[in-house]
This record gives sequence, structure tokens and C-alpha cells, in this order.
Amino acid sequence: MGPYVLRRVLMAIPVLLGTTFVIYLAVYALPGDPIQALAGPNQVISPSVAQALRERFHLDQPLVVQYGLYLRGLLGGDLGTSFTGRPVTEIIAASWPVTAQLGGTAWIIMAVAGVALGVVAAVRRGAADAAVLFGTTLALGVPFFVVAYVTQIVFGVQLGWLPVSGVEAGWPLAYILPGLVLALSGLPQVARLTRTSVLDGLAADHVETAVAKGLTGTAVLFRHVVRNSLIPVVSLLGVSLGYLLGGTVLVEGIFNLPGLGYQIYTAIPQHDGPVVVGIGTMLVLVFLSVNLLVDLLYGVLDPRIRLG
Amino acid sequence: MPESPVLTVSDLHVRLGSTHVVNGAGFSLAAGRTLALLGESGSGKSVTARTIMGLIRPPHGRVTAGTVLLHGQDLLAMPEERRRALRSTTISMVFQDALSALNPVLSVGYQIAELFRAHRGMSRAEARRAAVDVLGQVRIPAAARRAGDYPHQFSGGMRQRVGIALAIALRPDVIIADEPTTALDVTVQAQILRLLGDIQREHGTALLLITHDMGVVADMADRVAVMYAGRVVEQATAAEVFARPRHPYSEALLGAIPRPHLRGRELAVISGAPPDLSVPDEGCRFRTRCRYRIEDCERNPPEHDLGGGRSTACHEWEKVGSA
Amino acid sequence: MASSTLVSASAEIPPTPLPGGGAWSRLRRRPGFLIAAFVAALMSAMAAVPQAFAGWFGAGDPRACDLVRSAQPPTAGHPFGFDVQGCDLYSTVVYGTRSSVVVAVLATAGMLVIAVVLGSLAGYHRGWADAVIGRVMDVFFGFPALVGMIVILQTLSVRNEVTVAAVLVLFGWPPLARVMRGSVLAVAGSEYVAAARGVGARTGRVLLRHVLPNSFGPVAVLTGLNIGLVISSESALTFLGVGLRTPAISWGVQLNTAQQYFTTAPHLLIFPSLFLSVTVLGFVLLGDALRDAFDPRTR
Repeated sequence: MGPYVLRRVLMAIPVLLGTTFVIYLAVYALPGDPIQALAGPNQVISPSVAQALRERFHLDQPLVVQYGLYLRGLLGGDLGTSFTGRPVTEIIAASWPVTAQLGGTAWIIMAVAGVALGVVAAVRRGAADAAVLFGTTLALGVPFFVVAYVTQIVFGVQLGWLPVSGVEAGWPLAYILPGLVLALSGLPQVARLTRTSVLDGLAADHVETAVAKGLTGTAVLFRHVVRNSLIPVVSLLGVSLGYLLGGTVLVEGIFNLPGLGYQIYTAIPQHDGPVVVGIGTMLVLVFLSVNLLVDLLYGVLDPRIRLG
Repeated sequence: MPESPVLTVSDLHVRLGSTHVVNGAGFSLAAGRTLALLGESGSGKSVTARTIMGLIRPPHGRVTAGTVLLHGQDLLAMPEERRRALRSTTISMVFQDALSALNPVLSVGYQIAELFRAHRGMSRAEARRAAVDVLGQVRIPAAARRAGDYPHQFSGGMRQRVGIALAIALRPDVIIADEPTTALDVTVQAQILRLLGDIQREHGTALLLITHDMGVVADMADRVAVMYAGRVVEQATAAEVFARPRHPYSEALLGAIPRPHLRGRELAVISGAPPDLSVPDEGCRFRTRCRYRIEDCERNPPEHDLGGGRSTACHEWEKVGSA
Repeated sequence: MASSTLVSASAEIPPTPLPGGGAWSRLRRRPGFLIAAFVAALMSAMAAVPQAFAGWFGAGDPRACDLVRSAQPPTAGHPFGFDVQGCDLYSTVVYGTRSSVVVAVLATAGMLVIAVVLGSLAGYHRGWADAVIGRVMDVFFGFPALVGMIVILQTLSVRNEVTVAAVLVLFGWPPLARVMRGSVLAVAGSEYVAAARGVGARTGRVLLRHVLPNSFGPVAVLTGLNIGLVISSESALTFLGVGLRTPAISWGVQLNTAQQYFTTAPHLLIFPSLFLSVTVLGFVLLGDALRDAFDPRTR
């Protein structure tokens, strides 16, 4: 198990470097002068002040040097300072709980409902299968922000059951609607993969052995079909977290939740590079850590991978 | 036949989709004895075995008629829950390909222990010890350590030993072995067959051995049931069949074995191809390949009881094997 | 969500196409396929010749607007009502089909090209090419794609169908490339490729004549699904204000405007959403039907 873990950790490093560099590159290619944007469009800044600010943010250095300095800071837990003067770590500290609760809620809804629907569709076939296929197609087809608005209008405005904006109501009330909407973006894939995988699992020869062993129907289904079938689903659940994290930008915007995605979204038009890069790095780090965990779990679930 | 049968299959009909794979198969197996169910691929012998175990189920297949009596009780008429309790405890199965028959993600010890937990109500630890014990019985070296290994870590022969361990763990009265050595190297085949024979003698288990290999029949079987196109066409002791087959198909099968004293001569082959079982046919299914064919063969021959537990399904049985 | 819908087509196990004609007869027997094919064909026709559809109810010019009628609800001759500028909403929605379909076709074509080239390279040559391409794909898989697309679109001074499609391609190719790689890997390991190499065929010839034709199926089958998902992503980006911009006529632009009025003039939100959803659903269902027909396991 040891070498396997080490290999996975080492493989994550180039991915982390690549992703942060891509974000960095994109943000610093943003047109316009961040110093000017910081001061406001109609302010006149004296060249000496601008020069001082440039030096402070290393904007006078070549891109690669800037990126190197950034990486050095990252190792020491320093994500830089927003052009507004607030340390990025402070911004992250203030907004991550919102995103963590939103992402966590959505992820759990997606995993539980997706797997359950997929298993039911595969085992029951017939009407249940058709219903799940139809529902997942609908969820895949109707764009996400349309769903967001419809749920806001129906559950929030018309029925008045749940808050549609802000986090004042706290967890879980304030997170149910946005969590549900966010979960819907990944749920169809989870349900469908589970369905296909369980169908494959049901057809496996070793399932006959399990029946011939005289195990009960539930034991055969859960220990010998579902357990094996969940292996590919687990890896999809890991990857899906990346989509969910990206989707928080949209959901936090629509539902007015002051999380990381919301910070990115407001920072982009202000050309606030350090905030975008910092939070982007943060999201990628979370994504990579979760996928590392998922890979390790994958090894636990499938001895063929762990033991080669 | 003096011994009382522990397993009797009569007039079994099984359909897979629109194909009538088993058409009136019947045979009986005496306690502690070995019956070889012999036939080429597609003859319905594996489907018969899986029907006995209750593995043929809608929507994939359907039993349309027949009885399977285990200790006098009809398995096919039994509620599923009672039937489940009999699997592994009274009747069990060794599968052809142990690699695909074992769950790849569970340790072999766990898979054997599962039996003791499900049927004997043992705790996890007790079941584990019992599983190691069974692995020892099938002569897997260092059983205690290997119980934690996964199927892909075993060699083909060792893996089939695990398959046998699963089948014998709860000391059933009947073991069905579906071509247990077909997927193995020739050298390993003999070891596995010897192991099966030893265990059968020690435990007094009846063995239904499904095979297409005449050599295996000669080594292992007390009695033989020859299957063709979903029907048992001849039933007799192994010695009787080898001495004088009473069905043209059995005769043809014997002719297809290479024999030392016939070295240099051309090996007999059975001309023609097995029939298409999805097309209905009122006649004897073997007639298109049969050298004893007469007009009567247009209707399906009844089973002629030749006495002493011997039977054949051929109109011209008296002429067969006399040459 | 753009990032999710865009990348996820492939998260499912790639299908293995059956050679031969069985798939077509299976396709025709599915009622879903006929409906989906009809919707996809209708939307493509609308995108190609919007003027043929826009005039059905009398009005027909999406640029003939009358501010007096701003955001008025549906009336006779104007079944969808009017938008904020007082233009006939039905004809603007019909004309909006074009940009969505154009972006989707451009983006999907671009993704296919990249997927085929990089997927074949990685799958056929293995070794370092595979390792490098694999890591690059990991980078894009690990990327919160929506954030990336927003950032890049912000930097672009020109945002039209081509540039939006290019950004979608940039973040959307890896899943298709992964499917292609797997497929090439399987084909490259087969006996007939070994045979072709054995008789001394050159790499280029083996790739073009043997490997590509036999491994393109699984990716091709994903095309329908991909078009649907790209349309969905494009509308999300435009809706967020980083995609197409007015004066372009696009569903995303219409929905972006509509969100401020959704309590007072819900028809502004309803009709473009309806068209958008039906179109995406049509292509997704078409993709599903294709995949099912070519994938023996789901039958």
C-alpha cells in the first residue's frame, strides 16, 4: 500500500503545478492595468505611486519569476495579497465555510441519490428504469441556471418554503435549494454510471457463484453486485467534486451565497489576480486531495489495483 | 439399481429465450456415487446443471416442465427461501472457470467464510477459522496466510481448489462439478480430479460430473448419462458404455477417442453439425448424423429401459455397438 | 453548469461500437430516436434558415422593434410576446437558434479534431507521448473549468461564436480524447494491426488505414451528446455575461436580460429557456439513442 500512496501523491504534484500555472497565465493575461483598476477608472495615479505598487506586487518582473515567487509563497502558506490590500488567505478563511457547506451538501445529495437511483433502475428494470432514464435525461438537458431560477420561483417565491438568497438561515435551510440545484448538475452521470455498472455486475459469473452459495438475495445484491459495481462510481464521485466546485461560481452567484465562487466571480471583473489565482489554487488543491483520497479508497475497494 | 437415488431429474425442459436447450432430460444419481453427464458443447449439460442449482431464472431462461428431486423433494416446486437454504448445505456446485466464478474484490477466505456465516450463523472470527480449515482440506499450502489473498493472486489450479473448497465447505450430499478441469493445464487437471475423488470418498458425497472428456469419464465415473440436443440419450454404468454403447451418438463419441492400438488410422469424426435447437423438430435429433437412420427416426424415440438401470433413446438400439 | 455538463459526457464507460448494420435497425425501432432526430433536424434547419421560421405568425424581423411594446406579454400575431426592446420575442428566439447551433458545431468539431489527434498519439505510441498527454488531461480534469472559461473569456477583446467555441474546445476536449485513447489502445492491440505492422506497413499507414477507422466509433457516437452539452454550456457562459454579447441574438443573452424581469415579465425567461431546453434535450436524447444502438451492453 505504501508505494501506491507515494506514487499517487507524486502524480498529483505535476497536476497541481500545471493547473496553478494555467490559472496564473490566464489571470495575468487579462487586459487592462490592475493598478488602474484598483484605483478606479477615473483616478489619476502618479507614476511613482504606480511604480511602487508594481514593485510591491512584483508586476515589474517577468511572468515566470512572478509565478516562481508565487509558488514560494504558496509553500509557506502565503497566497499573496489582494489588490484591495486584504490577504488572500483572510478572504479564503472568511468564505470557505460557505463553499464547503454548499459543496458538501450537494456532493452528498448527488452521491446518495445518484447511487440509489442507479441501483434501483438496474435492479428493478421496467418502469423504474425508464423513469430514471427519463429523469436523468431531463436533468442533463435542462440547463442548470434555468433549473436554478425555476426552483427559486417555485419553492422560494411561490411556496415560500425555503430561502432563495443569502446564508442568514444557516445550514441546512439556506443550503437546501442551492445544494439541490448544484447536485442536479452531476447526479445524472452518477445515476447512469451506477446503472450501467450494476447491470454489468449483475451479469458477472461470480454472482452465480454467490447465488449457488445460498446467500440471501440482499447479500448477493449488496456484497457481490453493488460493492463491485461501485468501484467506477467512486472515481466518478471524486472527479465530480471538481465540477461541483466549478459550479459553485454559478450557484453562489444566483443564490447570493458569499463563498469562494462568489469571491472569484466578483474578483474577475476587477482584475484582482491574486484573489482569482489564490482561490483557484485552493479549489484545485481541494479537488486534488479529494481525488487522492478517492484513489486510495479505490485501492481499498479493488485489490487488483492495490496489489497489482 | 440397489442404491437409493439422492438426486433425480425427470423430464426436464428448459428454454433460454426461444431456444429449447433442454428437452426432457432425465437421470438419477445415487448417494456417494459419481454420475458423468457427458456431451459436446451445446448439448444442454451445463444448463441442466445450472437449472438444478436454481441459476436459470427469468428473464434469461425458464424451466417449462420437469422435476428435480433432491432427497425426494422437488426443488422446482419449492419456495425460493427453502431452496436457498439447501444450496451449499445439501447441494453445491464447482464452476468451470474459477477466475470468473470468484468475486475479484473479496479475499478467498472471506468468500468461503461467507458460507459459514450465512448457513451456520457463525461469527466473523469463527467463520474465518473454518474457512482456513477448508482451504487446508483442498490442500492449499499455507492456508492461513493465503486466506487473505485475492483470486487473481492464485494460479489456475490453486484457484480451482478454492472453487472446490467453496463447494465442499458445508459438506453437501451432492456436488455438481461443471467441467471443473476444462480451463486448466493438462498436468493440473489430474491433480484436481484426484482431489475431487478423494474428497468424495472421504465425505461420501455424490458427484454429478459434467464433462465432454471420455478420459475423465473413464477415470472418475460410476455411471454415465450421455446428453445430446438437450436430452439424455443413453444411461448406463461407465463400464457398460465403454464395452458396448447402445446409442449411435455414444458409439460415435467412443469412436472419436484416439487409442494406442489404432495408431496410424484415421480418427473417427462425427459428421454433420449439432441441430439448431430453436427450430422445432418432432424426430430424433441425431438422425441427420446417424448411420443407423431409418424411417421411424422421424418421430422422437421413447426411452427404452434395458434393465439394470440402463436405458437408451434409440429405435435401432439393438443394432448399435454390435459391430 | 457549464463545467459539469461540458466534461461529463464521457464519464460513462465508452461504448464499443458494433460493426455492421444492426445498429441502424435498432435505432429506428426506438421512438425516442425519431423524436430526438426530429428536434435536432428542426433546430438545425432553424439555425440554417431562420427567416423560413420567423415569419410564421406575421412578424418576422427580430430587429424590427418598437420600444412602446417593451416586455409586453403574448398577443395575437406575437405568440411569445415582446422583449425588453419591444422586439417580437418569437422571431428573436428563432434567430437565437443560429448562434447556439453554430457555437456547438464549431466547438464539437474542434474537440473531435484535438481528441482524435491527441487520443491516437497517446493510445498508439504510448510511452512519453501518453504520459505527457495524460498529465495535460489531468490538469484540465482537475481544473474548475467554469472558472477557467470565465477568466479566459474576460481576457478576450473579441467575443463571438468563434472565440466562445474556441474556449469551449480548450476545456472540453479531454473527455473525448480519453475515450479516443482507450479505443485506439484497444484497436492497436488487436491482431490485425499486429499483422499490418508485421508485413511492414508504415506507422502512418497503419494509423490511417487500420487504427483510425476502427477506433473512431466510440468518439463519433458521443457527438450528439456533446453538441447538446456544448449548447448548454454556451448559454450558461453567455448568461453569466462572459459569452456572446449584444447585439448578437442568442438565448443566453435573452436569458441574461430576462433575469432582471423574471417576476414582472416571466415570458422573457420562459420561452428562451423552453427552446434552449428542448434543443439540448433533443441532442442529448439523440446522443443517447446513438450510444445505445451502438453499445451492445445497454440493449
